[in-house]
Amino acid sequence: MAIFLNADSKIIVQGMTGSEGTKHTTRMLASGSNVVGGVNPRKAGTTVGFPGGTEVPVFGTVAEAMAQTGANVSVGFVPPAFAKAAAIEAIDAGIPLLVIITEGVAVRDTAELYSYARDKGTTRIIGPNCPGIISPGLSNAGIIPADICGPGRIGLVSKSGTLTYQMMYELRDHGMSTAVGIGGDPVIGTTHIDCLEAFQNDPDTDAIVMIGEIGGDAEERAAAYIKDHVTKPVVGYVAGFTAPEGKTMGHAGAIVTGSSGTAQAKKEALEAAGVQVGKTPSETADLMRAIMVQLAQAASA
Amino acid sequence: MDLFEYQARDMFEKHGVPVLAGAVATTPEQARAAAERIGAQSGGVTVVKAQVKTGGRGKAGGVKVATSPEEAERLAGQILGMDIKGHTVGTVMIAQGAKIAEEYYFSLLLDRANRTYLAMCSKEGGMEIEQLAVERPDALAKVAVDPNVGIDEAKAREIVAAAGFDAQTGAKIVPVLQRLWDVYHDEDASLVEVNPLVQTEDGAVVALDGKVTLDGNADFRQPEHAALVDTAAADPLEALAKEKGLNYVKLDGNVGIIGNGAGLVMSTLDVVAYAGEDYTGGQAKPANFLDIGGGASAQVMTDGLHIILGDPQVKAVFVNVFGGITACDAVANGIVQALQALGGEEDKPLVVRLDGNNVAEGRRILAEFNHPLVTIEETMDGAAKKVAELAAAAS
Repeated sequence: MAIFLNADSKIIVQGMTGSEGTKHTTRMLASGSNVVGGVNPRKAGTTVGFPGGTEVPVFGTVAEAMAQTGANVSVGFVPPAFAKAAAIEAIDAGIPLLVIITEGVAVRDTAELYSYARDKGTTRIIGPNCPGIISPGLSNAGIIPADICGPGRIGLVSKSGTLTYQMMYELRDHGMSTAVGIGGDPVIGTTHIDCLEAFQNDPDTDAIVMIGEIGGDAEERAAAYIKDHVTKPVVGYVAGFTAPEGKTMGHAGAIVTGSSGTAQAKKEALEAAGVQVGKTPSETADLMRAIMVQLAQAASA
Repeated sequence: MDLFEYQARDMFEKHGVPVLAGAVATTPEQARAAAERIGAQSGGVTVVKAQVKTGGRGKAGGVKVATSPEEAERLAGQILGMDIKGHTVGTVMIAQGAKIAEEYYFSLLLDRANRTYLAMCSKEGGMEIEQLAVERPDALAKVAVDPNVGIDEAKAREIVAAAGFDAQTGAKIVPVLQRLWDVYHDEDASLVEVNPLVQTEDGAVVALDGKVTLDGNADFRQPEHAALVDTAAADPLEALAKEKGLNYVKLDGNVGIIGNGAGLVMSTLDVVAYAGEDYTGGQAKPANFLDIGGGASAQVMTDGLHIILGDPQVKAVFVNVFGGITACDAVANGIVQALQALGGEEDKPLVVRLDGNNVAEGRRILAEFNHPLVTIEETMDGAAKKVAELAAAAS
């Protein structure tokens, strides 16, 4: 089944006619995703041709696109200044899954749109400032390159885009059920815990890799959740051991303030919850590989 | 971006938060002139306050009361140039003196865990809030604030009631909290802190000291914030990187690092630090964080290399790219262009690890270029070991 995104996902793209939107819609289609429409009020009624001969219709609003196509996922490539308005439109239309790829969204806008979505209760948001979500072989909503890794039974959740790609690459011999890039902003729609819960309940996921980084206490909270609720094996990795205090490391949320948000504290919390934590991405992949071998042996015994 | 106290004070004033008169000075003479003007409203008494973006300046001797303009000049002379936790004092604020009856605490910040805003308020201000939270958690009221509603009168009443203020004092604080919400919301802040918020002997509620952190992602709708940037404090390489649109943080090691994506670059710093410990006895450490972004072009790679190679502390460079959206051939071309532009001036070894999108072509370009200073490594851990050894040997 995978989590959040599967073979039944019908994707629309907000911002499809922009350069980033066009580029990544092409890639999503090439990886087999069912992209059923784009949204742009100024180009409603037209279609956009993509390599391979696919003609994707453009709708004026998300609601119209959903009504016409049965879309249940929207991927947003709208520039930061307009990202909130685009998200509110999708939430108002009741889209079940909204993936906001846009980088550089003001935190006030994210806080407001997240609260709005929470009050409505119908839309799961992934992002912003994230690479999206891929269930290899089933569907790809976002910018994760589909050719890194095929389908398998490992679930992956990560704040970082390129570390998501790196880990998928490292574990391409086993494959993934779903990989979710949740983004590195201070406020994000879907958290480590949301993904851990979904992977725990997903019959097609046997084990979970969780990648975190400095800043906030999401990893510590995830560790507490794992201890109480997750019975599947979890392997962790945390980036940013050498990050100095008070300097933002690329992601708006990746900052160590005082004694809080350090990689060491996160690693210790995860280990206390029984999670094996790798020192490097490769070592983390090796830990997961050993677990997959054990699981296979247990299954055949 | 964190603001100086005087910038926060000005921002508070702009939004109608009650503050005391204050003016900045960068010389003792300016301090004296400011004290003559400001002290006239408070019986000649002023407070000379070091402007540094760190806590604990009072304990460090960076805040002093002056009873005359002459004394303000003398105290400013002592405080200017002082080092407070690694921050050199370049500016003081001369603030109006006040007769304080009571000190309170208020802050409004982002609550990441609950993905909302959080107001914190206490009748016991003045001390370090972390200390209060640990020692007397009951004395610190925490009230969630809905981002789409903010602090209206009802919410402000809820906050002062939770903090346990009496009705008379609470009624004075309520409008101040509403104005502080305006600062938080209208200025796109992620933190507004007032410590202390005071009640003076004549019963006025005043924000005596303020801390404001602004969200850089909102700069597109906050054109006035550009003027608040402390250009004097920026590292020259960091300033150059910012100009080029690169995400760069200077560190104090000898291995220059370039990668794509914040998480991968952070991870690269760690892997280099471990390799430095394991293989060179700590002789090799990361010299910087530089993220060329998810969709980096050849030009961005060239710009990044220029910045790193311009750091005299750098003895060897590690280029670590996983081509997701970025194509490895573009990265390879960027390296070739940068080295060609530098010609014979370049003498620092480069270790390059490429994987992902178009990796075969990227490696082929570098192999064909066959530069004596460039080593291609297959894995991240292997490349980290190699670059650590090269940096240690050159240091």
